[in-house]
Amino acid sequence: MSNHNPDAPKHLKHYFANVDQQYETSKFAMWAFILTEVLTFAGLFVAYIVFRSWYPDMFVDAHKLLDVNKGLMNTIVLITSSLTMALAIWAIQKNNRKLSLIMLIATFVFAFCFLGIKFLEYSHKFEVGQLPGEYYSYMGPEVVHLNNPHIFFSIYFIMTGLHGLHVAIGMGLIAWLIYATYKGNLSSEYYTPMEMIGIFWHLVDLIWIYLFPLFYLIG
Amino acid sequence: MSENIKQNYLNHPKGLMSWLLTLDHKRIGLMYLVSGILFFFLGGLLALVMRMELAAPGNDFISNDTYNNVYTLHGAIMIFLFIIPAIPGALGNILLPLMVGAKDVAFPRLNLASFYIYSFGALFAMYTIINGGVDTGWTFYTPYSTQSTSNVVPMTLGIFIIGFSSILTGLNFIATVHKMRIPGLTWYKLPLFVWALYGTSLVQITATPVLAITMVLLMLERFLGIGIFDPALGGDPVLYQHFFWFYSHPAVYIMILPAFGIISEIIPVHSRKKIWGYKFIAYSTLSIAFIGFLVWGHHMFTSGQSVFSQIVFSFITYFVGIPTGVKIFSWILTMYKGQVSFTPPMLYALSFLFLFTIGGLTGIFLGAVALDIHLHDTYFVVAHFHYVMQGGTIVAFLGGLHHWWPKSFGVMYNQTIAKICAFGVFLGFNGTFFPQFLLGLRGMPRRYATYSEEFVELHSYSTFWSGILGISIFIAIMNLFWSFIKKNKVDPGSNPWGGMTLEWTHTSSPPHPHNFEEEPVLEHGPYDYDKVIVEKTYK
Repeated sequence: MSNHNPDAPKHLKHYFANVDQQYETSKFAMWAFILTEVLTFAGLFVAYIVFRSWYPDMFVDAHKLLDVNKGLMNTIVLITSSLTMALAIWAIQKNNRKLSLIMLIATFVFAFCFLGIKFLEYSHKFEVGQLPGEYYSYMGPEVVHLNNPHIFFSIYFIMTGLHGLHVAIGMGLIAWLIYATYKGNLSSEYYTPMEMIGIFWHLVDLIWIYLFPLFYLIG
Repeated sequence: MSENIKQNYLNHPKGLMSWLLTLDHKRIGLMYLVSGILFFFLGGLLALVMRMELAAPGNDFISNDTYNNVYTLHGAIMIFLFIIPAIPGALGNILLPLMVGAKDVAFPRLNLASFYIYSFGALFAMYTIINGGVDTGWTFYTPYSTQSTSNVVPMTLGIFIIGFSSILTGLNFIATVHKMRIPGLTWYKLPLFVWALYGTSLVQITATPVLAITMVLLMLERFLGIGIFDPALGGDPVLYQHFFWFYSHPAVYIMILPAFGIISEIIPVHSRKKIWGYKFIAYSTLSIAFIGFLVWGHHMFTSGQSVFSQIVFSFITYFVGIPTGVKIFSWILTMYKGQVSFTPPMLYALSFLFLFTIGGLTGIFLGAVALDIHLHDTYFVVAHFHYVMQGGTIVAFLGGLHHWWPKSFGVMYNQTIAKICAFGVFLGFNGTFFPQFLLGLRGMPRRYATYSEEFVELHSYSTFWSGILGISIFIAIMNLFWSFIKKNKVDPGSNPWGGMTLEWTHTSSPPHPHNFEEEPVLEHGPYDYDKVIVEKTYK
């Protein structure tokens, strides 16, 4: 690279003037990306609002079929994972690589628990036929069947499914962070990837914090 | 600037892999340009097939079903594979870092990824064609799109994938504009093309996610029957239209804002005069981007909206006319008492002013509810959006290519041929689409392969001129690429139009692999023709 300073740190890309500019650029772009994520979910929140205002009673009926305890457990698990993620960043800022590694692994485990609990919820719904659209077959006494309860489950599965996909992607990113931290590629000098993935992880948490009351706690 | 520059981004480094894996924004821009133009030709060919069929009433050239496929593919290819990716992807990529004095975009790797995501999405679109097409129209309205047996899923999947490319390019550009400017290059000293790309990128990152989720819902509706858009299952097909237009109306501004930016560069340079109302133009870009999000309902005046929402959407739609008018008047005032030279880029810019104004004014017709009820789904709408999209965006794109061709690639095209083609495009375009306004007013509906006898005169007129238009565009673009083959090189230090922005004053033509041999120092604003004299140097 023609005019690259040989004393510059290894992680500094040649097209940035200095480390600060590189860090600020990453952080700025990450927040812009968070905006696109919010808008992705916004479309689905609009669908939720539309159908809930069309079928308010059905939503109240259908939400009783969800398992509030599992939902609450997932909320606690995910909030805790947000905390451990933040602690991992705090630890790497203090150059405490070991603590950071432990916290990342904890975050990964919590994320795994979240998906595990979600899997239990989903598999129960598949068994009893509380499914989206055409596949809905549940005939229990709790819901009025002429009132389109399958729409509730369509929206439930799409929104929690897309959120679950984000959790899974987040797990992949955290696994990579664990590897990078273990290898010693991240330190208090350079921890941009961890902070960026941290921002993403908090967003994933935040979306769940909206999903939980909107599906599990209505009526 | 030294005169003996041998190394530039086109010849260094060498080899196929150095192109396929390049992180250089200029090479990525060139790859976008070539693929964009190929899709432009493909979409154009489909348009000519349609005009052939419409030369006379009856199904004498292609069948109704083929016609449905042809217009759907024409629309989808032109919009999603050419117009939306091409200007930001090609001209934006090549010029944005140069204009802000950066060595590259903020995330070069992401930039290359955007190109490959775009290519990957385009493969699905191509598969659609090979596999027998898609017949829903480029808007994929439900319920037909959930029932049609044609290739709705590959096409929407392609559009979904290309959406990510669009989002990533937008992110990259926004970060570049915010963080990669050289010291001293403040917001109000940015070239207006940068402002335009910035506004475009904002719309790209905020509207495209909604399109992505809409396409996902449409695919789920087809695969799983989720019922959200299906009235039989308690859903609402009009909700699809809301989702679709919430993206696709702002997408109109993704398509036109970069064109505004190009015109804002061409007019002051070729009039050798400071741009009139710099801040007005800059802020009108942002206000168009913003208002664009509030007017989607005007596509749905006949879809069963309440009268109240019709009035609100109609009212807000008129607001788009204000910042747009501000731009048009600013450009005209820039030319006033300037030294206007009728170079090929300027001829395209003048065509743009004329054609886009017609497109914009007929948009006001369509924004009025009462008139729109009559004109909806007629050729009036077809003519209107072609005046905006082709007369506006594509004419500006051609102008931009002619303007920055010697800069980007270090070769000069035959200017006489370029001027003749510019006239050909202008005449051919008006000949093709002006009759369509009249057809629409007389009630000719869009998307039909045949029509009743009374329309034959205007239709055959339109078909005749579409041939002239097609040939002119083809020769214009061939003329550009021919300059590569003829190796009609310009001097590396040349500035044929006397541009004042960094890409003209501080780097060679074609630019150095790292853009600038040394970090550029800003000496004057982008259009300070009243303060500094920049010589036109060519050869």
